Amino acid sequence: MSEQALVDRPPRERFAKAGRILRRIIREPLGAFGLTLVVIVVLSALFADVLASYPPTKLAPAERFAPASLHHLLGTDHLGRDLFSRVLHGGRIALAIALGATGLSLVGGIVLGLIAGYGPRWLDNLMLLLFDAIKSFPTVMLALTLVTLTGPSLLAVLIVVVLVNVPGYARIIRTQTLVLKSAEHVMAARSMGASTARILTVHILPNVIGPILILASMDIPVVVAIEAGLSFLGLGVRPPMPSWGSILNDGFVNIRDSYWIVIAGGLPIILTTLGFTFLGETLRDVFDPRLKRRT
Amino acid sequence: MTAEPLLSVSDLQVRFRIGGMMSALAGRRTEIDAVAGVGFTLERGQTLALVGESGSGKTTLARAVNGLQPVAGGSIRFEGRETRDLTKAEWKPLRRKMSMMFQDPVGSLSPRLSVRSLLAEPFAIHGLSGRSLEAEVERLLALVGLPRDFADRYPHQLSGGQARRVGVARAVALDPVLIVADEPTAGLDVSIQGEVLNLLNDLRDRMGLSMLIITHNLHVVRQIADRMAVMYLGRFVEEGETEAIFQAPHHPYTAALLSANPEPDPDKVHNRIALPAEVPSLLDRPAGCEFHTRCLFAQDVCRTQAPAPSVAGSSRLTCHFPLNAGLSAAQTIAAS
Amino acid sequence: MTVLDIKDLSVDFATETGTLQALRKVNLEVPSNRIVGVVGESGCGKSTLINAILGLLADNGSVTSGQILFEGESDLARLDGDGMRALRGQRIATVFQDPMGALNPVLSVGKQMRDIQYRSGRSRKEKDALSIEMLRKVRIPDPERRLAQFPHEFSGGMKQRIAIAMALLMRPSLLIADEPTTALDATLEVAIIELLKDLQKQIGCSVLFISHHLGVIAELCDEMIVMYAGEVVERGSTRDIFHNPRHPYTRKLLACDPARLSRREPRLPTIPGTLPDLRNRPKGCVFQARCELADDVCSKMPPDTVLSASHVARCWHAGETAGAAA
Repeated sequence: MSEQALVDRPPRERFAKAGRILRRIIREPLGAFGLTLVVIVVLSALFADVLASYPPTKLAPAERFAPASLHHLLGTDHLGRDLFSRVLHGGRIALAIALGATGLSLVGGIVLGLIAGYGPRWLDNLMLLLFDAIKSFPTVMLALTLVTLTGPSLLAVLIVVVLVNVPGYARIIRTQTLVLKSAEHVMAARSMGASTARILTVHILPNVIGPILILASMDIPVVVAIEAGLSFLGLGVRPPMPSWGSILNDGFVNIRDSYWIVIAGGLPIILTTLGFTFLGETLRDVFDPRLKRRT
Repeated sequence: MTAEPLLSVSDLQVRFRIGGMMSALAGRRTEIDAVAGVGFTLERGQTLALVGESGSGKTTLARAVNGLQPVAGGSIRFEGRETRDLTKAEWKPLRRKMSMMFQDPVGSLSPRLSVRSLLAEPFAIHGLSGRSLEAEVERLLALVGLPRDFADRYPHQLSGGQARRVGVARAVALDPVLIVADEPTAGLDVSIQGEVLNLLNDLRDRMGLSMLIITHNLHVVRQIADRMAVMYLGRFVEEGETEAIFQAPHHPYTAALLSANPEPDPDKVHNRIALPAEVPSLLDRPAGCEFHTRCLFAQDVCRTQAPAPSVAGSSRLTCHFPLNAGLSAAQTIAAS
Repeated sequence: MTVLDIKDLSVDFATETGTLQALRKVNLEVPSNRIVGVVGESGCGKSTLINAILGLLADNGSVTSGQILFEGESDLARLDGDGMRALRGQRIATVFQDPMGALNPVLSVGKQMRDIQYRSGRSRKEKDALSIEMLRKVRIPDPERRLAQFPHEFSGGMKQRIAIAMALLMRPSLLIADEPTTALDATLEVAIIELLKDLQKQIGCSVLFISHHLGVIAELCDEMIVMYAGEVVERGSTRDIFHNPRHPYTRKLLACDPARLSRREPRLPTIPGTLPDLRNRPKGCVFQARCELADDVCSKMPPDTVLSASHVARCWHAGETAGAAA
């Protein structure tokens, strides 16, 4: 019997629980709306290849600035590229960065937070100092510095987001770990001879991970906005790769003659951030109603 | 049986740092002796109860015995082996033989683990996965009288009594020789308290366990412990056979504790030894006998001179003027 | 006169899995100048009873029948929030297990005691004088100096005594004490009991004292009720109930207390079985599943058998000899 099997819930119970949560999300109007938006965005990004009628970078100078039509659902831009296809593929990149960066931030925050909370006092103090130092940089400053150093790229966006998110996550994990460190069930595990790794993964992590997952789900729209923002400024995804931010920028330049480009770039950003925000907030209310009252 | 007692503690000291650098700079004391020179032995198959008010150092002592609390001085020998300076790795095999139960029945169970995982955990920790875990879990549930389907429950789905049973099952999972139990019946209803004590008594008889029990409930002590030790400000003031102490306490503090027990009889006339004043701070231990600030029988000598340990009947105690001196002598004769 | 008169009180809680019938036809009288005890194990409805009296039932809870008459006039079960707030802390005071619930950690004790007297119209000096007098009554040494201190500067036993002083400051006619000694050591517990006894005589209030500790009830209370699964199964004078318990549950509960055993027993008495599901109460007697005396008649709701003027047991077999049950 593996260690993992030992801590896992029986599968039936897990499905039942997931079902219950889903039902409670759907019961909230905002939750149902958010979930629908998120599902649409995720599916359209996943199946961008199938749904898009043109390659996103295919130039067609003859069809520049074409308004929306059956051929080009959202019209075309100044290079005649099909905006619908670019939006779908841009969604891929936006989601990949949002999920990737949030995932990496989560892993980093959890690992650092557990170390700070469970480790020796001096290490904790040192790490807190570090977290606060990073947090005190404004996000845009950090991004500009990094991009200046490495040049605009997907990787730079990723690093900025992770750097910005990790300290906050780590602090939350660290505080809860500190509380649990002296909890009786952790003492009990120590008295049985459990290793530190086991105490952290089996007895502490499952009890501290909830709030941070909710927080992370609410951070996804923030990351989407950061990516779009950096790309808008030309500091993120490099052309000709499609990004909502760069589409928005293209539209901004040509807004007098062809308004639809701005809509094509802006609408997905709004819908995605709205969807994830509503879903995140509903998740928070379902899991931890106490957080709601505080805010 | 070996000549060596199962557990032998001598002159044990546990120190806590309180306050920070600021109080140290201000010249204030920054350390307290939570346990200040405690010694006792526990024979195989015996049960010793530690009693005393909150803050007297009972829990700290228990955790020190279990290696969860660093020790500042003295020695703890378990099965003849000094445990004071053992590394974590050296402790591990000892932990199979010595298990600990914590105060909060539900809180001492990891909230996200099912009863099955909780009961299998000791085996997993000690690499005993070779055994059929499912069979072990069933055996343990049966041992503590819980139905088999409880394996799928989670701690928050258990009542206090049921959670306590799971705690007991986990404590005996690896056939230990010693169980250290911190308030095993705290927070339980009287009827459930009886069940848990019966269970512990049963298991002790069946498995030949030794137990170190911490409680402030003197009635529980009487029902489960062969010997008892009364703690005050981190020291033993009296230690001896439970029944003898109940019949004739020698230390005025023991007598006060025994008399403070409210009894379920509205017509009972209480000859209470009321303890005046508050418990002194560990930062500012009284001179002489440390109990003199609250003792009704304190004389001048008690205020200046610490009493030497003495023996009265089956008890060891530290008091200049023990109570019931004659009574205990008579009893000792009758008992022998 | 009766300070608190609860008649046929029933309380339900709406839960996801059905209606939880927490209290069923509870009758309780607290005469003036008396200490009445409430005993029962976890899940018996003690806390629900207190919350119902104080108008603090959770949102999903409601009084479905009965009344809670306070000083013969106001029905607390029907009183609105403002009416209730006017009574709480002034006419009805409370002391809970954790004294920190009553004490604000960032205000000095003196300030908090002044604040309680805000309706009194006294001057600051008079208020402080009264606070000092009250602190002296609960045996806080050097009360003049202590008034300026903050709650954390007091030990656990002292905090509870301050909580009691604050509760009695406005000379309430009813003090509700919910397990006020449970968190304390035996020596402090005894001190608090004696203090409460003394103060009750001096101030002349009534006390409703909730505890699961039989010894404390025996020592403190004049009368008591025994609760099981949301019902009052027996009520009477403390003496009646401890010396002549008539309900099988009371008998078993008393027998379980290890304080009754004068020597070590190989097996401690217990009450086999579990509480009934309050969402699906058994027909008839609530205790029948765990009762040795249960027979066919017990599937009908047992009457409140009157054994003497004040001694009542809700049991078909209450009149039978004690020997048959023991």
